[in-house]
Amino acid sequence: MANHTLALRHQFDDVDQQKDASTFGMWLFLATEVLFFGGMFCCYTVYRSLYPAAFGAASNHLSVIWGGVSTAVLICSSYFMACSVNSAASGRKNALITYLVLTILFAATFLVIEMSEWHNLYTEGMMPGFNFTFHEGDFRHVQLFYCMYFSMTGLHASHVTVGIGILTVLLIRAARGVFSPQYHTPVEVSGLYWHFVDLVWIYLFPLYYLVARHVHAG
Amino acid sequence: MITAIAPPRENYLTHEYGIKSWLLTQDHKRIALLYLGAISFFFFLGGIFATIIRLELLTPPGDLVSSQTYNKLFSLHGIIMIFLFMIPSIPATLGNFLVPMMIGCKDLAFPKINLLSWYIFMAGGALILYAMLRGGVDTGWTFYVPFSTSYANTYVILTAVGIFIAGFSSILTGLNFIVTIHRMRAPGLTWFRLPLFIWSMYATSVIQVLGTPVIAVTLLLVAVERGFHIGIFDPALGGDPVLFQHLFWFYSHPAVYIMVLPGMGVISELVSVYSRKRVFGYKFVAFSSVAIAVLGFLVWGHHMFVSSQSVYASLIFSFLSFMVAVPSAIKVFNWTATLYKGSISYDTPMLYAFGFIGLFTIGGLTGTFLATLGFDVHVTDTYFVVAHFHYIMVGGTMMAYLGGLHYWWPKITGRMYHEGWAKLSALVVFLGFNLTFFPQFIMGYLGMPRRYHAYPPEFQVYHVLSTAGASVLAVGYLIPAIYFIWAMRYGQPAPDNPWGATGLEWQTSSPPPPENFEITPVVTQEAYDYSILEEMTVG
Repeated sequence: MANHTLALRHQFDDVDQQKDASTFGMWLFLATEVLFFGGMFCCYTVYRSLYPAAFGAASNHLSVIWGGVSTAVLICSSYFMACSVNSAASGRKNALITYLVLTILFAATFLVIEMSEWHNLYTEGMMPGFNFTFHEGDFRHVQLFYCMYFSMTGLHASHVTVGIGILTVLLIRAARGVFSPQYHTPVEVSGLYWHFVDLVWIYLFPLYYLVARHVHAG
Repeated sequence: MITAIAPPRENYLTHEYGIKSWLLTQDHKRIALLYLGAISFFFFLGGIFATIIRLELLTPPGDLVSSQTYNKLFSLHGIIMIFLFMIPSIPATLGNFLVPMMIGCKDLAFPKINLLSWYIFMAGGALILYAMLRGGVDTGWTFYVPFSTSYANTYVILTAVGIFIAGFSSILTGLNFIVTIHRMRAPGLTWFRLPLFIWSMYATSVIQVLGTPVIAVTLLLVAVERGFHIGIFDPALGGDPVLFQHLFWFYSHPAVYIMVLPGMGVISELVSVYSRKRVFGYKFVAFSSVAIAVLGFLVWGHHMFVSSQSVYASLIFSFLSFMVAVPSAIKVFNWTATLYKGSISYDTPMLYAFGFIGLFTIGGLTGTFLATLGFDVHVTDTYFVVAHFHYIMVGGTMMAYLGGLHYWWPKITGRMYHEGWAKLSALVVFLGFNLTFFPQFIMGYLGMPRRYHAYPPEFQVYHVLSTAGASVLAVGYLIPAIYFIWAMRYGQPAPDNPWGATGLEWQTSSPPPPENFEITPVVTQEAYDYSILEEMTVG
């Protein structure tokens, strides 16, 4: 119980109110994130419907296999995040630490795969603004595809990076024994954020790696 | 209760001393004052740009500044006034101070985030100032592509990133308010007992949370396009400039309601307290705020009637824009109905409220002119549009902001301002404002385009009137700045409830204690029930 009162901030009446407020705040934050990514998804949708052939051609330069692997890796990370929340709620400190480490490791793996993808595109001359040497067909709109690809995956990668930072802080606090079944709101709301980041990728992967390819084949 | 002056108690101003106690404070009241200082600075800075603009326009040829400098002046005037003054104005100062007090809690739900949002705001503002000192920006506050991404030779990226950063402050403030209003209301304070200021802050916060990220990402794309010379919006590189306009106005139209809805909330409070009546049709006024927030997201295309947007889309946007007139009119009619048979007193805040109602009505009605497709084509990019939005922004929001500042000044500082000077300046502001902006309707209708630093001689008479009005207006803004600062030190000590108002913020001392209330209040009656107050006074 001592831990309990320590964690209650002065503006709240009780722990439930505090937890409610934090969770609600995170959901609202995620709503702003939906709109944040939404602007870019909107651009993508408009341009894809205007230039389906160019987007199909561009999409063929992306590696479905590595895209699929990174998707699987990120889903695993999300799974371990869910396990972390569960361990925190049931007060298993060591399990919490293990799962947080796994979440971070998988997230880092995702970033490594993505950066090597970026590097490949760079060397192939498919990175607008840095090295873009593709000059076949409707190359201006292929370039547009890659502008959107790098902007969106870049924004997503920055969210993954921030997420790794948050998870590291959680890990340090977990090691210090801050969290208990009564107080583990930070783990829970960080979990919400992490699943959201995962979910964005679940949309990005098919939009860039799968759907447009189909248009080209047809 | 109204006249009794409480013995000096520890309040939020005397609770701690020193610069550190301010810069690291988590008290929403102190953060409100931090914002007040910052936005006052930006207001006067934006005002200086406006002054040079008006001086340039005194004579037809471009003789005071070059066209390039003039472009920078109106861009910086717009950017500073909108992003660094108007948007944070009422929410971040009065809202920050009042939301927890009006709903009877100790602080906002996330005090640290509240402080963080001030620092984010300052960082964004500092970046914009830095860009200004390096040479400014000449794209207008709208950053239209491809000019902003490919042709402008000024500090577009720095400014855009500054706005991007300041936007997060707006998002976090909105988020904080929504959570606080949902989760932290005092016992007995149901949704329909909330003061109408809270309803309008709630509606504003929803727009801040849902709209701001879109402009953030849009400006990010502009910065990326400009920085790496890649085409997202530039047609030469395969992009679509109209898409930029869609994304830009998807936020920037609702942003108009971020600016005016809080003002409407203030006016509801003022009209009620100075006519000593419950706001007529409370629920309609409350829901009209929500309706404005929702409709506000559906009308952005009316900024794009001449942008090659589909004519069918324009028809629908035109129709939806007319719809906004309905909740706006509900508010105006209900305020005037509240005055009917009210016991009206003409204190300074009420003078500003009257000013708001009249000027907002003109601004709103000319808005319906502009929503009319045929008429809009005639006056697009003319001074008619300039006059219209200044009637909403300056005639509306600025009036409400000043009215609110006067009304809550005794609560915020514990001192009364000088009523005579205040009444005089309210009058000066009203006259100066109309003299500045009414001629702009006429010259705009006659074809004077906006954003030009030179113009044909036949428009000079209107420009001279406008410049004369602007100098009167400047005096009207300087007088309050002086007597407010004077009152902070030398004003009469304010009683707890100088206006005989019913809100919870008036039931604690002036200035309030650090945690707002000695005992958590319990609410048993609806808002604006003056009969209970009279019983308390008699008792």
